[in-house]
Amino acid sequence: MLIDLLIKTIVILVVLNGVLAFGGFLTWVERKQSAVMQDRIGANRASILGFRLWGLFHILSDGIKMFAKEEFTPTTEYRKLFWLAPFISWFFALTAFAVIPFSDTISLWGKELTLQIANPEIGILFVFAMMGMSIYGVILGGWSSSNNYALLGAMRASAQMISYEVALAASVVGPLIVFGTLNMQKIVEWQGQTYGGWLPLWGVVVQPLAFLLFITAGAAETKRVPFDLPEGESEIIGFNLEYSSMRFGAFMFTDFVEKILVSCLTVTVFLGGWQVPFLAESGFVYGPETLLPLDIRLVWLLRAAAFLVKVCIVIYVLMLVRWTLPRFRYDQLMRLGWKFLLPLAFANIVVTAAVVFILNS
Amino acid sequence: MGKITVKKIDTRPTLTFLERTYLKEILRGLWITNLHFVVNIFFHILHLFGIRTRRKGAVTIQYPEEHRGYHRRLRTSHYLTKREDGSPRCVGCMMCETVCPAHCIFITAKEHPDPNVEKQAYSYTIDMGRCVYCGFCVEACPEDAIRMDSGHLEISAYSREEMVYPIDRLLKIEHDPKPYKDYGKYLEEFLR
Repeated sequence: MLIDLLIKTIVILVVLNGVLAFGGFLTWVERKQSAVMQDRIGANRASILGFRLWGLFHILSDGIKMFAKEEFTPTTEYRKLFWLAPFISWFFALTAFAVIPFSDTISLWGKELTLQIANPEIGILFVFAMMGMSIYGVILGGWSSSNNYALLGAMRASAQMISYEVALAASVVGPLIVFGTLNMQKIVEWQGQTYGGWLPLWGVVVQPLAFLLFITAGAAETKRVPFDLPEGESEIIGFNLEYSSMRFGAFMFTDFVEKILVSCLTVTVFLGGWQVPFLAESGFVYGPETLLPLDIRLVWLLRAAAFLVKVCIVIYVLMLVRWTLPRFRYDQLMRLGWKFLLPLAFANIVVTAAVVFILNS
Repeated sequence: MGKITVKKIDTRPTLTFLERTYLKEILRGLWITNLHFVVNIFFHILHLFGIRTRRKGAVTIQYPEEHRGYHRRLRTSHYLTKREDGSPRCVGCMMCETVCPAHCIFITAKEHPDPNVEKQAYSYTIDMGRCVYCGFCVEACPEDAIRMDSGHLEISAYSREEMVYPIDRLLKIEHDPKPYKDYGKYLEEFLR
């Protein structure tokens, strides 16, 4: 009993700290990737004892800067809400990671070990519930600032997030019909099948349209460029106008955490989660024959690493989009969400349901 | 009464359905930026392992360590020229002080030991914080005693008092022209 509790605590700490560290790392990746894409070098001046390490210390210096800056609170009747809002965003973004299956389940020392905090049957619904709740952080932040611009920004942000929440959830229904389950581990296990013995049946293979819709809506949901109207860094004022210091940092960090979340979801539902093609529990197999027998623990490690690599690739693509495309206008954004993504997602659901029904009967 | 007709010119191209979705163009844009990333990171990695190539991984000039250089006609910090014996060439004629539109030059003259020279500067002060770098002082000087091609642009201080350069400081500034690199050619080399 106690040992189970200990194992769970360790898993939670690993996932939580891993996500936070990865989020911090992403601030560096974002800078460097954009710099290299634009033939620049990027931030490389922060150093410790003369070591610059390609600007990796800028993560640290940013953190110190955020904490050391002046904390400004506007005169507002909702002081407590104002203080709470960034952490509401942060809390819900992090809670959603509870059901993400970072790795396979392994039986060691009579215990079932997995890098997943909880595995409820409603797994993916939980993630969407938490993502929907993160709107509260944004709208409370804008509302409690007692600033009309911040309020307008918050209205704009919540309108966008709710619109794309619908498209996001609708686009994922197609794959869920195919998988026939909401359980995250079972979704990943389903994707371990192959078609004709060579093509891994990942979500992107069975549902290519849903994949595109999901990525687009996911980028909009996490307020990334080209859908960054809620923030509008310099031109249109966003909901976080009155925030400064670490409270602003919490909002910014939530963005990075949400980006990881969307990438993890994409990988889980569409890119086979921790599945490596042709890697079974006994090693690499092709058809009936085993090509390379591997230890079960090594397979487990390989699968966890595969998940991380896939997440990195998705994040690379999201950042590529972010540094390539200009921002949408607000009406274009709404048109894309309601008139383009949503009908396509519904069409995808109908077609998928029909095909699955015909194949099963 | 004739009806006025307006000629309508519609130069906007009619887009096909595929073009209106912008998918192709988005993918093309992503491909371009991706190519930039891959090529640049390839050269960055080569340099990391000490392999020198003519093309660099980035067009960045790392400013304090690396200098792009200035054009020789650029007006930079003033300096006072010297005679062969090391004394300032300035004869205290007040030409530069008179012509200065910013009133930032302050000269006190005194008698020169050589009767052929008549005067020399007892003090020669330039308030760099007020100077507008018009170069009139250099043009006005009959003795070529003040020049503005030192190649020093990093003129900064923590207080206004430190921005006032006295004569001994102006004499110490060295003529240090930095060779000018044509950035266009540099870019061409990078993009090849």
